[in-house]
Amino acid sequence: MIPTLLTLLPAASADDSSWITFDIPSLMQNFWSATFDGLTFGSIYALVALGYTLVYGVLNLINFAHSEVFIMGCYGVFFTLSFLGFGPSAPNLSVGSIIVNLLLALVVAICASALTAFLLERLAYKPLRKRNAPRLVFLITAIGASFTIQYTIFLVRGPNPEPALTMFKSRPIFEVFGTFIYDQQLIIVIAAVIMMVITERFISKSRTGRGIRAVAQDPDTATLMGVNKEKIIITTFVIGGILAGAAALFYVMKIPSGVQYNGGFILGIKAFAAAVLGGIGNVRGALLGGLLLGLIGNYGQILLGNSQWTDVVAFVVLVLVLLLRPEGILGTSLGRSKA
Amino acid sequence: MSMVDGPTPLHTAKGDQAAENREAVGTPPGSSAAAVRRGWFGGLGEKWQALPRQKQWAFLIIVVILAYLLPIINPPLISTEPGNDFALACQTMAVWALVAVGLNIVIGYAGLLDLGYIAFFAVGSYVTAMLTSSDSTFLKIPYLWTIPVAMAVTMFFGVLLGVPTLRLRGDYLAIVTLGFGEIVRILATIIPAMKGQVGFQNVGHPPGTDASGVPIFANSNGTPWYWLTLTILIIVLLLAGNLERSRVGRNWIAIREDEDAAETMGVPTFKYKVWAFAIGAGVGGLSGALMSGQVGFVNNQKFDVVTSVLFVAAVVLGGAGNKVGAILGGALVAYIPLRFTAIADYKYLIFGLALVLIMIYRAHGLLAARQQLLAYGRNAYAAVRAGADAKAAKTKAEPGTEAAS
Repeated sequence: MIPTLLTLLPAASADDSSWITFDIPSLMQNFWSATFDGLTFGSIYALVALGYTLVYGVLNLINFAHSEVFIMGCYGVFFTLSFLGFGPSAPNLSVGSIIVNLLLALVVAICASALTAFLLERLAYKPLRKRNAPRLVFLITAIGASFTIQYTIFLVRGPNPEPALTMFKSRPIFEVFGTFIYDQQLIIVIAAVIMMVITERFISKSRTGRGIRAVAQDPDTATLMGVNKEKIIITTFVIGGILAGAAALFYVMKIPSGVQYNGGFILGIKAFAAAVLGGIGNVRGALLGGLLLGLIGNYGQILLGNSQWTDVVAFVVLVLVLLLRPEGILGTSLGRSKA
Repeated sequence: MSMVDGPTPLHTAKGDQAAENREAVGTPPGSSAAAVRRGWFGGLGEKWQALPRQKQWAFLIIVVILAYLLPIINPPLISTEPGNDFALACQTMAVWALVAVGLNIVIGYAGLLDLGYIAFFAVGSYVTAMLTSSDSTFLKIPYLWTIPVAMAVTMFFGVLLGVPTLRLRGDYLAIVTLGFGEIVRILATIIPAMKGQVGFQNVGHPPGTDASGVPIFANSNGTPWYWLTLTILIIVLLLAGNLERSRVGRNWIAIREDEDAAETMGVPTFKYKVWAFAIGAGVGGLSGALMSGQVGFVNNQKFDVVTSVLFVAAVVLGGAGNKVGAILGGALVAYIPLRFTAIADYKYLIFGLALVLIMIYRAHGLLAARQQLLAYGRNAYAAVRAGADAKAAKTKAEPGTEAAS
């Protein structure tokens, strides 16, 4: 029965119902705009990926609830901006006041995300660490916590996305390869890269950063050497939260209608894929992985003709990386990164 | 005792402690340490063990008969609220119980966290729909034939997903399966051949009509579907039980408890992990095929990845690694929203919170049965040792016996 079935498959699927179609001319035509957009999305992925990477490096835990840390930041941005009177169309403000408003939103988002990360660590993970629970218990708790936060938001804000808020009217600044680069894209990429460089410096130079690397290398020895492990862990969560809060501002800037109770979910998976692609536990790897994944996802989406393909492409990249080079492109762990 | 109490490979001091506890729980009743960790109904398991074999069988037969009669008796307090047909609710519960039993093989026995089980359920549903529905352009085959085909296809997907990820640490499997759960739904939406929200109508059902010409397995006729699913559930349970007691099951438990140690002792861990994952996937496909046959309609709306987390909650509620717990957990998670429609909207919140709280306070689920397998292995070992010691004492002159034992 099955062999006959298989021989009939091509014949049966050849008519109107097609599986996958490639649109190569469209990709050629939109290559550069896809590149610039991909880099923009990639920097957002990279910021979120850092949260996964840091926690993974220190606790060896995939913090599934990090996507909710991120979405809480998005809500922080949304509430701040609606409080400040932003609406669907861009307000007519001077550059200075736009910057002040955005900084305010950034601060609120960072606070919301960092607080969520802090509470998450204290309420969900710390009790488990205390009784030295196995890894599976941590993972189940993480997914349960993610679920709990998601559906608490769902109960409060309902199933629909929040109304879109436009922060400023994006204007093309200059032209490269016949494609305009917008100020929004530039702001996001530059700000994200600056934040990541600061994080990288912090981890490799500061005293706390050295503690983080020590705990990542060997928690027991680090404790013996006088590192306050609990403090390091909570700091790591909070740093991840701060970066997620910043990512939230850029995300709402880029996709104004993306604030939704489950909006962080797929982005979380993509950010994790980015972290694995670059080498999980590696701060530079998160940046590289994020940018690459943003590019690949955008090319794939245009090639295959539907925006939802970017999620599928990201997933396929994750599986391929795990299959071919599970340690990622840069591959070193947080503990081994150079001082 | 469930695997969630197992020692982490990294922290040996605490690990030894946990191993000691496990040892204590595994000792026969009578030793006081047996009460170290117990669920709320933990005493039941011990009483059950103490019963003679005949009584256990008699009790089991009564339970099975009652389970078959459930939709006919329709007990007033248990019955679902108006608007939810009780026989159909029974069918849903049976499907969920089947899902939980399948997922229990992956999570409970082998200790692998599969967060995208809904994907296998979806693949099973789609295979059945595409091979029987009048809306699809594929070859049509009878419904009952699609069940093995659906299982084969889902097992293939299980291997496809398991091979790249299971070589690595368990965490990767969790995120890959979580992604896969979402991807299958997206693919069903964006691939034209899978018809997205339009879906497939008139999914097939088993043959047979009653006196008036109405099909016995009509979509609204829950009882025969329930009986079919329950029968399959019992078969799967017996097979899973046999697997659990076989070399395969022992290897799974060894992997779950300590993968490095298992590998060192010569267990081909990768092979057995892929097997556990694929068998679990096959059961998921089976339950998907049953569900789509009963509902008669398959589209992309039913396979939300959040449902996967409910599946995990079903296994964890019952106590991972515990077959009876899995059945009860699965049935409970399906039953509560149907029985108490007032809280149906909160079900995701309730079960998500339940996951966190159970993990923090009661890591082996509400129904913590003793870890049968560990006890079984230890008893067998003790019996062999006792026999060998006796032999050795008798015939000290024969040197071969010690080695043979």
